[in-house]
Amino acid sequence: MKSKTEELEVEKGLFGTKSKSQLFLQGAIDSSPLILAAIPFGLIFGALAITTGLSSWATLGMSLFVFAGASQFIAVSLLASAAALPVILMTVFVVNLRHMLYAASLMPQVENLSQKFRLPMAFWLTDETFAVVSNQIARKDDTSGLHWYFLGSALAMYSVWATCTVSGIILGQQIPDIASWGLDVAMLVGFIGIVVPNLKFRADWACAATAMFSTLITYQWPNQTGLLFSSFLAISVAVLLDRRVKVSVEQNHE
Amino acid sequence: MNEWLLIAAMSVLTFTPRYLPFGLAGKVKIPPFLERALTFVPIAVLTSIITQSSLIRDGELALNLGNHHLLAVLAAFVSALISRRLFVIVTVGLAAFILAKWLL
Repeated sequence: MKSKTEELEVEKGLFGTKSKSQLFLQGAIDSSPLILAAIPFGLIFGALAITTGLSSWATLGMSLFVFAGASQFIAVSLLASAAALPVILMTVFVVNLRHMLYAASLMPQVENLSQKFRLPMAFWLTDETFAVVSNQIARKDDTSGLHWYFLGSALAMYSVWATCTVSGIILGQQIPDIASWGLDVAMLVGFIGIVVPNLKFRADWACAATAMFSTLITYQWPNQTGLLFSSFLAISVAVLLDRRVKVSVEQNHE
Repeated sequence: MNEWLLIAAMSVLTFTPRYLPFGLAGKVKIPPFLERALTFVPIAVLTSIITQSSLIRDGELALNLGNHHLLAVLAAFVSALISRRLFVIVTVGLAAFILAKWLL
């Protein structure tokens, strides 16, 4: 009887039974819808950056060394409006604070990994990879080997992002108004595809609803502070409504 | 302004918040309630990003048929209630966006 339940758990786990390269590949494949959705975003970035006067090499350099879509867009749009360097950097930092939340939520997954893994994983942590990886964590009980899955997703994202930046630089010289086509919609529907299937409990729906309404109220706040505030508020509401937390705390006390 | 200086500074400011929690993992024990709270991060942050870029266009609340981003997001939302497959959801959303651009 016991062995049967153990078997079931291994099956549920999936991760433990796969090799590093299989996990790496699976990470890349599972991310492909979101990566495809990020392609237009990368193209627009390349096209937009050179119209603001950033050189082609610096545009590519930003994608290679910064590797953060939202920050890169904000930096070039602030450059276009001739903002001062401290203003740009401050804004970039605030926009990036959401990555700290992402990394914090992955802390249990990395605590047994060496710096050799933690450093590249941190550098390659994006909305897309986090979305796919956390989706996997929500579905699987055993997440050993998750770092290979993460790296597969991240490396696929990184190479596509660099390629799209270069293509965008070239396209931007041919079609100057490509940035106004609204192609960034692909990323939004990709995020819908991650969020909605994970809305399972009352607390999840409350979290999403709070995030939405709070964002609508705070959208005029400067430097994306509304996004951060709304995220914290939504998480707090979800925790208050989350019954599972209370149950597990009581069990710990016994 | 030196553009490479900008890139170097941006790299540091982007990497630091990404790495900080990873660096502390294992050294600092997160209380269980916080660990539980952090599982809501994807829903909270991604919903906020979606709202920002679909319901608000050009700095204004845009609840109208001219907002093609909103129509695409709504179509993706409905399809996500029916199918859980990411590819299906993205395809439906993009198809709705293209249709809206053509027809409206």
